[in-house]
This record gives sequence, structure tokens and C-alpha cells, in this order.
Amino acid sequence: MVTSVTSFGRSGLSDWLLQRITAVIMTAYLVFVVVYFAANDVDYASWLALNQCLPMKMFSLLTVLSIAIHSWIGMWGVLTDYVTVRLMGAKATALRMLFQLGMIAVSLLYVVWAIDILWGI
Amino acid sequence: MLTVSVYRYNPETDAEPYMQDYQVDTKGKDVMVLDVLEMLKAEDNSLVYRRSCREGVCGSDGMNIAGKNGLACITPLSEVVKNNKLVIRPLPGLPVIRDLVIDMTQFYAQYEKIKPYLINDTPAPAIERLQSPEERAKLDGLYECILCACCSTACPSFWWNPDKFIGPSGLLQAYRFLADSRDTATEQRLAELDDPFSVFRCHGIMNCVQVCPKGLNPTRAIGHIRNMLLRSAA
Repeated sequence: MVTSVTSFGRSGLSDWLLQRITAVIMTAYLVFVVVYFAANDVDYASWLALNQCLPMKMFSLLTVLSIAIHSWIGMWGVLTDYVTVRLMGAKATALRMLFQLGMIAVSLLYVVWAIDILWGI
Repeated sequence: MLTVSVYRYNPETDAEPYMQDYQVDTKGKDVMVLDVLEMLKAEDNSLVYRRSCREGVCGSDGMNIAGKNGLACITPLSEVVKNNKLVIRPLPGLPVIRDLVIDMTQFYAQYEKIKPYLINDTPAPAIERLQSPEERAKLDGLYECILCACCSTACPSFWWNPDKFIGPSGLLQAYRFLADSRDTATEQRLAELDDPFSVFRCHGIMNCVQVCPKGLNPTRAIGHIRNMLLRSAA
């Protein structure tokens, strides 16, 4: 058992599962938006109406949350592959923490910003 | 004449590794890469490599042949020689001791972690623990692993985290004991593997499957472990 406190869910299984679930949500959102644009003659009024309805706001927020979780897990994986003490020496841990905290902060800000936008419509 | 380019490094005399070219006359025969190494060794006995059974059973002569990991003893020249040239390097990702010999300590440490032996707390029967033919069949494609390290040293996840990621070879063996009907430590074994590194560093790129000289499929075994973890925890 390898301990790790910086991964998203601490357990490899939960991270793996969340990575898959969030991928499905993001794909569904992407497909929905593409199909919506392809199938409808979208103008400002219809786009506004779509984004004003609560289910769409929830779907959008769910997707933003998925992006945040998915990128946390994914970037953690990339950083623990390449920014490691094995490859870079002792400074790697501090550097990786900095990158990771920065990424988490940005993700959280995006989520808050998205809520502000979605419920400001 | 065949040109053979071999990775040479003797830490006692060389400042850094280099490639040395040899000319070998195979007399037009399609011999194995190990045969070629033996010819080189007869000419230049400072060349060092591991070998033993010379028939793909002991797993000693795993090396990087023309860019792909494999066993020198069962790799014919016709598969790897291009433009009359053959390039031989040590297995990548582990420290080189000398020439084609690598330090496999980390590889074995990962193997040790998965407790590669049957664990059974129930009293031993008078003769032996029996398995049905179906239960025995579950071990096919798993027990054949010879620990040559071709798969794990072809895996980027193992290159970056050889101390944390068990690697394809160790995980194939882990599943070999998880799948064994005589083993009673399934829960403990799974609990040991449920961290973000041991199993889940595998991103399924299947380099291990591509190089395995025994034709085994570690990626499938890793998938089975993941499903077992999911079933026991979901």
C-alpha cells in the first residue's frame, strides 16, 4: 500500500471511478451542446431561454464540477509522473505542491465563477 | 556481414555509456540474438550479459533488441535486423550495472510486495488442496510468467514510479494469486492494492502485452484486479 495525501479521493479506485464518471458527464454535455447547435437555429433568445431553465443550469454546473474533478485527478497523475524527487531531486516536492495548489485554486475559482455566471443569467 | 551495435558501459573504466559496433558473420543463418552475442563474447570477452537456459524459460536474457524488449535466446535475427544492422541495449528504466546487465532490485521489490505465494489459514488437508479443472483453468495465462522484466521495463508508468507502481509483471502475479481458489487472503491482497499508485498507475497503453515473450496479457489481468476492487468496494 502506497500512501498518498495529495490525490483527489485518496483511494486509487475512487479516483479511477470518478475519472470515468466525469468523462461520461463531459462527453454527454459536449454531445448535447453540439447536437443542440446542429439541430436548432440558435439565436440569442433561444440560447438565453435554454440557459435560464434550471435543469440546464444543473447540467452545466455538473459539467464544470466534472472538469474540476477530472483535471485534479488527471493533473495529479501527470505531476506525480514527471515532477518527482526521483527525476528532479529534493526541490520536486515543493514544486509539485505549488503546481498542484495552483491548479486546485484555479479549478475552485472556475467553479465559483461558473455558479455566478449560471445563476446570474 | 552483420553490423551489431551494442550498448557498452563499465562504471569502473567508462565515464559514460557508449555504443560499440561489431561485425559478425552469421554465414547466412537465421540464428537467435543470443547466438550473435555468444559470437561477440568469443571475440571480445569484456562484453557482459545475463543468460542461462537459452530457450526462453529462465528469463535471464531480457534486453532491448532493435528498440523492443525481448528475450535474446528466442528472438531470431530475421525479426529484428534492419538494413543489415542490429541494435542491442539493456532493458530501459532500471539502473545499468554493466553493459547489458541491469539492477533488478526494484523489479523484485515490487514482486515481493504482492506476496507471491499461496496464503491459506485453513488446516491443511491430509494430501493436498484440490482444485476443479475450471478453477485451475483460471490460472492459465498467469502462471507462465518467467519474471524476465521485459513488460515492466517497457512501461512508462513503471519508469516514472518504479518504487510505487507494482508494474505489469507484479500485477499479473498479483492476479494469479487473487484468482487462485486455494488462496484465502483475497480481501487483504485487494486492500493492499487500493491506493492511487500500486494498480491505478496503469493507463492501459498495453506496451506490456506487445513485448511479453511468453504472449501473456498483463493489461487484462490488471483489468480483472480493478473489477475485483470495484466489486469488493462498490
